[in-house]
Amino acid sequence: MTDSIIDRNAAPHPVLDWRLAELEAHAIFVIREVAAECERPVLLFSGGKDSVVMLYLARKAFEPGVIPFPVMHIDTGHNFPEVIEFRDRLVAEFGVRLVVASVQEAIDRGLVSDPGPTGSRNRMQTVPLLHAIAEHRFDAAFGGARRDEDKARAKERVLSFRDSFGQWDPKNQRPELWRLYNARTLTGEHLRAFPLSDWTELDIWRYVAVNDIELPAMYYAHRREVVRRDSMLLATGRFTPAQPGEEAFEETVRYRTVGDMTCTGAVRSDATTPLEVLAEIEQSRITERGATRADDRFSEAAMEDRKREGYF
Amino acid sequence: MELLRFATAGSVDDGKSTLIGRLLYDTKSLFDDVIDAVAITTARRGGEGLDLALVTDGLRAEREQGITIDVAYRYFSTPKRSFVIADTPGHVQYTRNMVTGASTADVAVILVDARHGLREQSRRHACLSALLGIRHLVLAVNKMDLVDWSRTRFDEIHHDFQALAAERGVPAMAAIPLCALDGGNVVDPSPHTPWYHGPTLLDHLETLPIPQRMSGPLRLPIQMVIKPRPGGSDNAMHERRWYAGSVAGGVPAVGDRVVILPSGVITQIVAVEGNLPAVRVQFADEIDASRGDVIASADDPPNTVPSLVATVVWMHDKPLLPGAHVLVKHATRTLKAVATVLHDKLDVTTLASDSQVAGLGLNEIGTVSFITSLPLPVDPYVQNRTMGSFIVIDPVTNATVGAGMINQ
Repeated sequence: MTDSIIDRNAAPHPVLDWRLAELEAHAIFVIREVAAECERPVLLFSGGKDSVVMLYLARKAFEPGVIPFPVMHIDTGHNFPEVIEFRDRLVAEFGVRLVVASVQEAIDRGLVSDPGPTGSRNRMQTVPLLHAIAEHRFDAAFGGARRDEDKARAKERVLSFRDSFGQWDPKNQRPELWRLYNARTLTGEHLRAFPLSDWTELDIWRYVAVNDIELPAMYYAHRREVVRRDSMLLATGRFTPAQPGEEAFEETVRYRTVGDMTCTGAVRSDATTPLEVLAEIEQSRITERGATRADDRFSEAAMEDRKREGYF
Repeated sequence: MELLRFATAGSVDDGKSTLIGRLLYDTKSLFDDVIDAVAITTARRGGEGLDLALVTDGLRAEREQGITIDVAYRYFSTPKRSFVIADTPGHVQYTRNMVTGASTADVAVILVDARHGLREQSRRHACLSALLGIRHLVLAVNKMDLVDWSRTRFDEIHHDFQALAAERGVPAMAAIPLCALDGGNVVDPSPHTPWYHGPTLLDHLETLPIPQRMSGPLRLPIQMVIKPRPGGSDNAMHERRWYAGSVAGGVPAVGDRVVILPSGVITQIVAVEGNLPAVRVQFADEIDASRGDVIASADDPPNTVPSLVATVVWMHDKPLLPGAHVLVKHATRTLKAVATVLHDKLDVTTLASDSQVAGLGLNEIGTVSFITSLPLPVDPYVQNRTMGSFIVIDPVTNATVGAGMINQ
């Protein structure tokens, strides 16, 4: 990337260019189609940047009306506290109902095994997610997943069909021609809808910059105590204490993704605004999941395997 | 920045994965961790250096079988343009996935192996691309190193392809001799082709014209009616209903005289909000309009027809038979339909047409008539992709079983 779409000298705020306008319009189109065709959609909301952009787009899609579906957070119990605070504030501001499905509750009810106090709960989100979808009879769940994140995601349809076990069958996906989305399901089945499929990490940040969208503060440079583990910087805390041989130190960092504290790493950064983050990402040579998500490092097919089980 | 969507077609044997890997690598679109992972996997499989084909390596089953099963999307940008690649499968049994990728593409890049020239698969891809209304084909003649960069060989294949493109009525085509393995004429010019004076593949993709998306008379299928939040405004105008949708032709403006179809009611647009093409509009009159209806230019409306005649790509094991009850989704309306007549079947490799048709099987293409439960406002597919296309849905399983392009 030698050329940015944003002319930093021309105006205090960058503008919606042709590409972003097309991506925005397509996302709004998908959101409206699903809302019109499905009985009980829900927006999966983690407080991360993609889900915040999704909420913003949902508001735009239905203006001047109300967002006609609730948002749902799959709570691993290992959250960054500031993200939960941000989530609650945003939900109130947007006037949407929040549903919380909890991994801890699933553990307490014996639906999944406890990986221990410091184990990753990311993969475990699948069980409470599928339970909540069944319990609330949701027939469509919007997610902020993008195809540039992973090679399994790169193969997935915008409307991705899930059978009554919540499973994705990558070898037998519905054909998806033009912009004619088939949102029909039978009872017990559901769809995952990915309106941001064609967005890249840079597009998200450009959109955040153009629209002055507020994100959790941890997306910008801040001082934090961290340890170096698997060449990632992990915040120290109750769930992620320094292990023997690791030395905790303070560093100026920001996060590129927001997830379970036990597997989401930070990067060294001085970026305090969306434009500065954009500049850093344009220089960056490492993908956001490769850099900071231990959960995607297990195998060549880590994401494909989780998606087959019903993960986001 | 402009966005160009292109589909790549061809088989793994032709070097399609390597070509895409090369495009991404030479445009510096690959991140270090991806390059590292490719290097490690290359070594583990007994190779040396970087096997760029591994960059687009997808699903487990695809790695096991060394084929592409489903379309994968890749993204990269250069200073001139940003690109979406729909990397589509070549095998005939995955035709439905190929058309999924090609249906939204502006350009199709069809890859052939210089040693083999045009094969059945290349012909099928060229034919399907043309059928889907892709107006620009690029023939990438790969593995030129294996024919000693022979100009004669390239000219032969180019000539065959020109004939094919002309036959299918494709208005624009280009042929480029290249080698994905060493990168020659992909992003950077090859030293081995002094006789070739055309652009590299990337140069060509960066400069070819992108079709205008919002040309022609106004077409705005209504996605939903939006009622304003109660108490949102004192202004009575703002209490009115909004009609939201994505513009499929023209640009709606205040003062436009429009017709609501299929009802035929005429009104005027008095407000337009939103960023094109995702807009919402208000009308001068309180009229009955809802999801599925189309707002169109009153001076240049589409034809509202009780039945459809279309070229249909069938995508399901269970064949389409005359008399079949199906659902059709056209623009934003899903309605009941019956397939009445199967006129003919097209052999996409020989282009022969067969009028003795009992049914349309998986991956077969034919001309089919449908009666619909409501009249539909349609344009021919060649004039307007949105107003001229539909999908066929099985009313019992909800599977998407076919795709149709409406004829003149």
